[in-house]
Amino acid sequence: MRMTPVLRSSHRRAGFDAVFHGLLLLCSLLVLAMLGGLILLMATGGWQAFTRFGLSFFTTVSWNPVKDTYGVLAPLLGTLVSTLIAMLIAVPMAFGTAFWLTYIASGRFASIVGTTIQLLAAVPSIIFGMWGFQTIVPFIARDVQPFLNHHFRHVPVLGSMLSGPPVGTGLVTAGIILAVMIAPFITAVMVDVFGAVPPMLRESAYGLGATRWEMMRKIVVPWSRNGMIGAIVLGMGRALGETMAVTFIIGNVTTVGWSLFAPRSTVASLIALQFPESPEGSLRLSSLMALGFILMLLSCVSLALARCLRGKRQ
Amino acid sequence: MTEPVISPASSSEADRAGSESGRWRPGRKALRRQMLDYVATGVSIVAGSVLLLVLVSILWTLLSRGLVGLSWATLTHRMGPPGSGGGLANAIVGSLLQTGLALLMAAPVGLMCGIYLSEYGRKGNHFASAVRFVADMLMSAPSILIGLFIYQLLVVPFGHFSGFSGAVALAVLALPLIVRTTEDMLRLVPTSMREAGAALGAARWRVILSLCLRSARKGVTTGILLALARMGGETAPLLFTSLGNQTMSTDMTRPMASLPIAIYQYAGASYEDWVQLAWTGALLVTFGVLLINITVRLSSRH
Repeated sequence: MRMTPVLRSSHRRAGFDAVFHGLLLLCSLLVLAMLGGLILLMATGGWQAFTRFGLSFFTTVSWNPVKDTYGVLAPLLGTLVSTLIAMLIAVPMAFGTAFWLTYIASGRFASIVGTTIQLLAAVPSIIFGMWGFQTIVPFIARDVQPFLNHHFRHVPVLGSMLSGPPVGTGLVTAGIILAVMIAPFITAVMVDVFGAVPPMLRESAYGLGATRWEMMRKIVVPWSRNGMIGAIVLGMGRALGETMAVTFIIGNVTTVGWSLFAPRSTVASLIALQFPESPEGSLRLSSLMALGFILMLLSCVSLALARCLRGKRQ
Repeated sequence: MTEPVISPASSSEADRAGSESGRWRPGRKALRRQMLDYVATGVSIVAGSVLLLVLVSILWTLLSRGLVGLSWATLTHRMGPPGSGGGLANAIVGSLLQTGLALLMAAPVGLMCGIYLSEYGRKGNHFASAVRFVADMLMSAPSILIGLFIYQLLVVPFGHFSGFSGAVALAVLALPLIVRTTEDMLRLVPTSMREAGAALGAARWRVILSLCLRSARKGVTTGILLALARMGGETAPLLFTSLGNQTMSTDMTRPMASLPIAIYQYAGASYEDWVQLAWTGALLVTFGVLLINITVRLSSRH
């Protein structure tokens, strides 16, 4: 008889625990459902465009609301090329900064500089767009492109890459802004990765007479290669989907061409700009959704890639 | 790992010749290695300085363009037609309302999901690792896609843009951030703490809520605040969900103004005073976001 209250309370406790567990499980399911819903709604939204255009959706250049024909080649190329330019700038910059912060600068100074650089990653992307439009665009239009054009106009491939009127908006400008936006992020991950190199290895390199740079190149880089590539791919994922900053500075013209300085468009900027003019249920909106779906796939693939590469290290 | 090959270059002929003259002088090869080291160091410092300069340049541009327009009227008047002395009051109110509501939605769900991952989803739980992967994927999903998603989910069925759907979009954006920081912070709580709680006879939910969560309180708050800072500056998801509004509105079921949208609409305008408002708004948003970040980073250092 005296056992009953204890039993009852332990029953109730088990009940509470089960309810609590269920609640937690439910919230986790919600997170799963969110990604599922995101992909599903993009796919169903873009279905009309995919079935209508088929494979030609990927090979058509024109984005023509008047004729109601849409192709993703121009924005897709814009996204890929601007991301490539961004990576070419951001990776060396992030690598150098991480090298500086981990092994060159002294402790307290390095932590202050590191925190300050991390603040750059917190600046909203629309601000980067406005700043880029205010400072980088005139700089490219007035100084960089005329200068390069003057000196390299007659070099076969390079010449056509530099051609076009000096408006300042375009792939290079977008690449520069994207690079500045993702470099702090890549730097942060690289600092973590470099910090994880066993001190014993570094000290033995110094003991053998290596300079700091030799230690970096022959010990730290091989040791942290996978982590570094993971960081780079994660940064790439961010550059692929960046919208607001790019919309300000890419020029927003859906064309394909060799010039890196002519106005272009990217997937994300095209969605942001065309959406308000696309009525609900139209083929145009469906094409935008299809673009979104492609962007989602790109982002998922880059993240999975980063996961694989980082996983190998451990 | 590849084998570290450090050439013992200092023992080359040139070095030995150099050391014979009494005082050691580096030979040509050693000199080259030294120079390479200097160059690499210099380039690295330049790379870091460029990033610092960019931040300074952004802050300087914001201050020089935005501070001029910062006045009491900007903060208290609502947006209006060009030349009418409009301000940003409705955008500020809209931003606060939407971010606040988003936080109210995202924080509990994110906390609970984080608790699940940390307390029930240790090694070998495939469901938990799937959730973790999906949270990472949501975190790196382009924010504009989250806008499109909520547009399809909430705007199309209800037939109109609304502040509520804007808040949901922001919540989706913040959720994965809160999940991952909560999990990371709870993982730092030592197992002995949980064992002590269990030994005292506390139920598992009790141990988690009043012991683990309590001792990880600081880190979890940091995560939530950083998520708040991220939401405050987001434009892309709001573009398709809350749309923006010229009038003062606190009705969550109607289109609602917000600071980032106002900046986006005004920055490309051809009216002088609208562009000025855009810069002032940009100044407000950036310093708000940076203030949260700095506070959080300073307090978490101790």
